[in-house]
Amino acid sequence: MFFGFDDDQLAFRDAARDLFAKECPPAVVRAAWEAPAGGLDRAVWDRLTEMGVPATLVPADADGLGLDELALVLVLEEAGRAALPHPLVETAAVAAPLVAGGPGPVPGPAGIPDAHGLGMVTTNLGGPHVPCAADADWLLLRDDVSGHLHLVDPAAVVVTPVATVDRGRRAATVDWQPAPASLVTDDPAAVDAAFDRGAFGTAALLLGLAQHMLDLTVAYVGERRQFGAPVGSFQAVKHHLADALKELAFARPAVHRAAHSLATGADTRRRDVSMAKAMASDAARFVGRQALQCHGAIGYTVEHDLHLHLKRTWALAAAWGDAAWHRERVARAIGI
Amino acid sequence: MDLSWSESEQAFRAEARAWLEENLAAWHAEHGGREAIASGDTRTGFAQHLAWERRLHAGGWAAVSWPAAYGGRDASLWEWLIFEEEYYRADAPPRVTQNGIFLLAPTVFEFGTPAQQAHVLPRMTAAEDLWCQGWSEPDAGSDLAAISSRATRVDGGWRLDGQKTWTTRGAFCTHLFGLFRTDPASERHRGLSYLLVPLDTLGVTVRGFGRLDGDEGFAEVFFDDVFLADDAVPGGVLLGDEGEGWRVAMATTGSERGLTLRSPGRFLATAARLIELYRSHPAPRLRERITEAWMRAEAYRLFTLDTVTRLAGGAVMGADSSINKIWWSELDCELHELALELLGPAAEVEGPWSKGWQFSLSGPIYAGTNEIQRNIAAERVLGLPRT
Repeated sequence: MFFGFDDDQLAFRDAARDLFAKECPPAVVRAAWEAPAGGLDRAVWDRLTEMGVPATLVPADADGLGLDELALVLVLEEAGRAALPHPLVETAAVAAPLVAGGPGPVPGPAGIPDAHGLGMVTTNLGGPHVPCAADADWLLLRDDVSGHLHLVDPAAVVVTPVATVDRGRRAATVDWQPAPASLVTDDPAAVDAAFDRGAFGTAALLLGLAQHMLDLTVAYVGERRQFGAPVGSFQAVKHHLADALKELAFARPAVHRAAHSLATGADTRRRDVSMAKAMASDAARFVGRQALQCHGAIGYTVEHDLHLHLKRTWALAAAWGDAAWHRERVARAIGI
Repeated sequence: MDLSWSESEQAFRAEARAWLEENLAAWHAEHGGREAIASGDTRTGFAQHLAWERRLHAGGWAAVSWPAAYGGRDASLWEWLIFEEEYYRADAPPRVTQNGIFLLAPTVFEFGTPAQQAHVLPRMTAAEDLWCQGWSEPDAGSDLAAISSRATRVDGGWRLDGQKTWTTRGAFCTHLFGLFRTDPASERHRGLSYLLVPLDTLGVTVRGFGRLDGDEGFAEVFFDDVFLADDAVPGGVLLGDEGEGWRVAMATTGSERGLTLRSPGRFLATAARLIELYRSHPAPRLRERITEAWMRAEAYRLFTLDTVTRLAGGAVMGADSSINKIWWSELDCELHELALELLGPAAEVEGPWSKGWQFSLSGPIYAGTNEIQRNIAAERVLGLPRT
């Protein structure tokens, strides 16, 4: 029994943390709010690609890193901390292992040479509002009629931006028509597994988003003075943040266990992923609420960076199945 | 990450399961059946539970993670977790010796002299000496440093005066471990000493009283000009150095053997029983909350696996045990509250769920109220400024 990470996994996380610190400061997230459709800056994505992160789950003989979800989960937490605007979960957790040398029974469309050739992929598997739909190199699209997954060229779809609360997510609806040539898989089990990897990856992002909001708030309440004392010295504030810490601390092992269940193909995979997404969604929303309250009016503005993480949290808590949807899946799994 | 149990751990589990099954049946039978066994917080029930404790000791299961020399079996923390899972899965009774084993013993291991360890620990696992905790006083609850019970140095020992209260099972125990002010000029955390007191010492009066559920699980203990001889407990009555009682008492409150690492097995077993209850008393409006409660019990198991992994790697249990305590105590309340809601009008009938519910309500209060735990988490884990 060892509920932890090995040195290589931790080193991978540390490298990602350094990368995001340099390449994805709040200014990059704000720029994603403003950039025109198709105009998302790719500097941070290019660095991630050099590091091999989008191909983490792709087998080494298909030019990927050949690692598993236990390596990916820590990197995704870091991506969440940075509120990375790019579709890393959609690419690295969902599409890459399916398309580039992954387990899909049907060969992918022609013209996808290897993991690196895949580029930036988004998907509608997580919900109708497709992130970075106008920016991606490929769209992995589930056909609502057949349930099959297709990998579609952006030139073959119509993208309509949607004004969502988190503009940094760059959400849009996508109109398209499935064609035999774009089919990736018609295997319901492969589609189901791809969805689970997306829900799990989003849960990991939510942990990172929550951690960052908690860190920001702890720093702020230690500095902000009212009544002649730091507001963080007041019990009411302490208790808000202790509860935020608690909810986050107990959601994290659930997400890590889901990584293990995916990596090992456990029978309990669906239950474990759903527990992870439900707990991470609720914990991150709760932490965000405490963070906003403890920042007071100074956080209630788009000039403060808190809102970047807060709004991403709201969006991701609802995407890939919200907490109630996943609790329903857990309820069935435990037989009630 | 490796979430499998080794062959020897699986064998340990099988051995524990078989022993518990056989011995629980035997213990029930020797007291006229399971239904005839009273609460361990009543006089009758305490005697029955002592028989169980002695059975555990004879089998070597009284404190599995302790050295064999003191009545344990040198089990790893992983094996301790396995044993606890099996213990609650088997629906074995609450441990009436737990305040000694979980609260006093870690301190004796860390601060006791060899002579104290040799005397106190084996008698504790054997349930020969029964220890209760003498920390709280009428005016020193959450504010424990406000202790005013005094111990004054006299020839050959100490003179004790004062009062302790809310002492769990004090009326049935033989010994008390307590904090006393040994420096009359001192204030707050300074000048306290950690003393071991036989309750049959002349001048000690113990009065049991009913807890919320009516059982005589509480006691107040009066010290009226008591002479406590230095050797009233072989090896000495002073644990750690004179005047260092606060540090001695607090050093092990978060220890891996401590109360704060409540075994997840207990809550998983309650969650499993709650799910069974839902199947016989379905109430769709509660289904989502019950699922959430199950997830929280499971999350507690995973959190504990994470903690034990870190402890096994040499880390020390720190202030993060404070959020742990908030988690399981609130979870315990929620599990029982859901059961009562499923039961509807039957909830008011005295029974395991109503009893467990009343007991669960003590969780957010004892061992430092959850409000105090939140302060600790905020100040020592998050680093927020002290008032």
